[in-house]
Amino acid sequence: MSVPSDQPKEGTSGPVDRLEVRKTYKLFIGGAFPRSESGRTYEVTSAAGVFLANAAKASRKDGRDAVLAARKAFGGWSAATAYNRGQVLYRVAEVMEGRRAQFVADVRDAEGLDDAAAGRQVDAAVDRWVWYAGWADKLAQALGSANPVAGPYFNFSIPEPTGVVAAVAPQDSSLLGLVSVIAPTIVSGNAVIVVASTLRPLPAISLAEALATSDVPAGVVNILTGDPVEIMPWLASHADVNAVDLTGIVDREVATALERDAAGTLSRVRRPEPDSDWSTDPGLSRIRSVVETKTVWHPMGV
Amino acid sequence: MTFEYAPAPESRSLVDIASSYGLFIDGEFTEPVDGGSFKTTNPATEEVLSEVSEAGADDVDRAVRAARSAYERVWGPMSGRDRAKYLFRIARLIQERSRELAVLETLDNGKPIRESRDVDLPLVAAHFFYHAGWADKLEHAGYGPDPRPIGVAAQVIPWNFPLLMLAWKIAPALACGNTVVLKPAETTPLSALAFADICRQADLPPGVVNILTGAGETGRLLVEHPGVDKVAFTGSTDVGKSIMRSAAGTSKRLTLELGGKAANVIFDDAPIDQAVEGVVNGIFFNQGHVCCAGSRLLVQESVAEEVVASLKRRLGTLRLGDPLDKNTDIGAINSAAQLARIDALVKSGEDEGADRWSAPCAIPERGWWFPPTVFTGVTQAHRIAREEIFGPVLSVLTFRTPDEAVEKANNTPYGLSAGIWTEKGSRILWMAERLRAGVVWANTFNRFDPASPFGGYKESGFGREGGVQGLGAYLTTEEGR
Amino acid sequence: MTVDLSLPDASPGSLRRFLHGLPGVDEVGAQARAAALGTRSIKTTAKAWAIDTAIGMVDLTTLEGMDTPGKVRAMCAKALRPDPTDPTTPSVAAVCVYGDLVGVAREVVGDAVHVAAVATAFPSGRASLDVKLIDTKEAVAAGADEIDMVIDRGAFLAGDYALVHDEIVAVKQACGSAHLKVILETGELRTLDNVRRASWLAMLAGADFIKTSTGKISPAATPPVTLVMLEAVRDFHEATGQLIGVKAAGGIRTSKDAIKYLVLVNETVGDAWLTPDLFRFGASTLLNDLLLQRQRLATGHYSGPDYVTID
Repeated sequence: MSVPSDQPKEGTSGPVDRLEVRKTYKLFIGGAFPRSESGRTYEVTSAAGVFLANAAKASRKDGRDAVLAARKAFGGWSAATAYNRGQVLYRVAEVMEGRRAQFVADVRDAEGLDDAAAGRQVDAAVDRWVWYAGWADKLAQALGSANPVAGPYFNFSIPEPTGVVAAVAPQDSSLLGLVSVIAPTIVSGNAVIVVASTLRPLPAISLAEALATSDVPAGVVNILTGDPVEIMPWLASHADVNAVDLTGIVDREVATALERDAAGTLSRVRRPEPDSDWSTDPGLSRIRSVVETKTVWHPMGV
Repeated sequence: MTFEYAPAPESRSLVDIASSYGLFIDGEFTEPVDGGSFKTTNPATEEVLSEVSEAGADDVDRAVRAARSAYERVWGPMSGRDRAKYLFRIARLIQERSRELAVLETLDNGKPIRESRDVDLPLVAAHFFYHAGWADKLEHAGYGPDPRPIGVAAQVIPWNFPLLMLAWKIAPALACGNTVVLKPAETTPLSALAFADICRQADLPPGVVNILTGAGETGRLLVEHPGVDKVAFTGSTDVGKSIMRSAAGTSKRLTLELGGKAANVIFDDAPIDQAVEGVVNGIFFNQGHVCCAGSRLLVQESVAEEVVASLKRRLGTLRLGDPLDKNTDIGAINSAAQLARIDALVKSGEDEGADRWSAPCAIPERGWWFPPTVFTGVTQAHRIAREEIFGPVLSVLTFRTPDEAVEKANNTPYGLSAGIWTEKGSRILWMAERLRAGVVWANTFNRFDPASPFGGYKESGFGREGGVQGLGAYLTTEEGR
Repeated sequence: MTVDLSLPDASPGSLRRFLHGLPGVDEVGAQARAAALGTRSIKTTAKAWAIDTAIGMVDLTTLEGMDTPGKVRAMCAKALRPDPTDPTTPSVAAVCVYGDLVGVAREVVGDAVHVAAVATAFPSGRASLDVKLIDTKEAVAAGADEIDMVIDRGAFLAGDYALVHDEIVAVKQACGSAHLKVILETGELRTLDNVRRASWLAMLAGADFIKTSTGKISPAATPPVTLVMLEAVRDFHEATGQLIGVKAAGGIRTSKDAIKYLVLVNETVGDAWLTPDLFRFGASTLLNDLLLQRQRLATGHYSGPDYVTID
């Protein structure tokens, strides 16, 4: 990360005589920032090919650990009130806003945009968090119902989070697309393991820093950097993963294979959307993909 | 003084069964091009009822193309209001022919006439009524201002509630503007073929509904056909998984309604007589051939003995026999194959040390039958506590505290339904919140309604049928799903 | 190991704890069960048997302010000979009249059928215990061998179970050798939980029969109420070995209704209760409908009102 200055050139510091302290980019699992247990890293370069950092290259064991962390977090997160979840998501937006400059630099470097364009991406990402924050305490009303059954029963349907979701973030949209995958997944109470864009992972780790400081309980969001083709088969076939979101899988054959892996335990699958326009209204579709409808019958008698 | 109920048979002459049937494609019955034929029998008597066609690959292709053509030219462009009217016509025709269809269902499936008459058929009509009303109101269903159909739906249904499963599939699909190719189960094709006749009476445009009879292979050809946009399957978890694998990498939308091993939880303060009734309803209704059957009784240890004693006493009044007799409670097992599966699992229960008790029933000579059976001394580690038996066999386990009840109830890869019996309202809601099941019945069991979404968590499948939530499976919205 | 019910003693606290500790009744579930049993199809030989059995269980009743000896005599004659054209017709179980007309009834029926008298300030039950006991004793002295008393519903709803209990005990004593039916007046108890509790209370206090209703208010007997009472009788038998009868009274007008009740009895307590000693119908118009159905089965054609007597 470069020090904000009048000359924010990639990879260089501001005033010439101060060497910048370069960040180590690690994984985000269970609220902590561990390196990959495999010890591996890979080079991350900017859109223009300049070296940015070595990112951790997550292994299947990191994936396994992330699932454990997510499952552990799911109970508390899903039991929190919707109001509380909404407040937490809003706080993420607050913290991101506070770190706006950091994110702008990250997106600029990762996607090769100028400051203005990167700024628009970051603003949209923050606004998206705000939008989803507002959904938390309304989902039951939008997705649930009281059902008029033909008998003396009080019958209602409510949406419930499915549990642990393994998601692949979009490859190109390193922050807005990433946020558009994470927020709808956790707003209903799910815990998520996200595999960030392979070539553009650094905004994801910055996001992790924001999440870690904004009251998001440890393990609710876990972020892995590396190659989704390597890790996802383990997550898709994992019996303790309830759903997989294949948004960022570009190769059709890989997506097909992952869908087949998911079939082994009937994990719910959201298929890839390679040409998503992340600027449009997301609607409820992504939220729906990771909720279950529970319907309860109760006799009304004296 | 013994009160002997005299035979009270429903009249078989209410229904006319043809000696053979073709496939229903594009509005008419037609001989299979490259399939064969097979027989369907009455499981209570082993008598052959009819010979039906088996659809081969070319037949599947014909049907899908007919559905596609009807979708593009007629049904897709049709206004919701007109689709509604067709569905209302179908609902009314079903009501008119209800008795006949109930007799047909009983003959082909083996379930008691009282159930097909009082449970199956009324729900079938209700499903068409309910969904007819949605056809012209989809913009108010919460799927955006202009939800569109998906296209051609391939639908494969099981043998346990043949016509009802058909209604659960066809009604929402048509209401939302899709056309369908449906394959009924190989042991219960007749009510679907009768439904084809109802479509004819309703003047439903050709190709909107197509019925292909056949077995597993026909089903596979159908769901794998590239011309199909949406697959809906109700059946075993294993087949569900293989369908999901085959749909992987395609753009086919998929919903699955699979098996279950539901826990029926009885607390010490349960209304005992009604709870026992609920247990009986939960596992012996429809001979236990119900995906959401309450096949595990989780009873609080402090009242276990009393509950089991009451249960056995109650089971002694169940009447097993001729499904066409209006006083029969327990009908025939649907096929010899299913009976063999039940036998094998029951034997495993005995081998693994659980205590078996069966209601003393006179078993008819011909046909396939299994008496209501209760296993006590069952624990989570027994096969009969884990695997779906799909027969009138109840496994009884105990628990000490509500937390333990929740843990044991949820400790299964399935998650279709659950029952809670207690007089304490707050406990009902506490339990309902924690049970990982798509349908929770409190102080009741096996209640269904077209307005009430039905479907599972985990390996019981995904997607819902019924209610506003069930429409989503048959709609495309601006954002894609 | 059988479950120890630990029956209460007669102290207020003990009674209250016991009754409040009985399992609840889910109303919707009980209604559904009763309705399901109502779909049994009773035909041909079963129907014939049921009709004759039902006739033999009727307590032929007149309880009007305008009852006269003439009216009572006519009804009693019919009780003995429900169908004058068919001597194979069984006679009813009992006649049921107000206490001051017991003598008239007994003159007509002799010992052929029971004479049941309502007593204890029927139907309201609002009078002192002394008045209720005199009411009972006079009826017995006049020749009633069955007494149909009413419980104090006000005391029950106020939670004074001991008072209700003690009154029944006192009336039972006043009955001497006469059988005591205890009317719960379920239409005023309103909930099936109360019906269960009142049933147990009456049985613990010594009732020979528990009876649904006075027939003077609506709802009177209904299948769910009778179901709950039959369950109570079944459970009481399991706990004590005693056989207590059930009488469904009021609102049962057709043979179809009556047969539904017989099915309820059969499938709840079992056929040991399918005898007038343990099950009765309190009815007036029911008898004629039973006779019409009986005639239809016997002759093969539908009968009409001219072929049954108006008493």
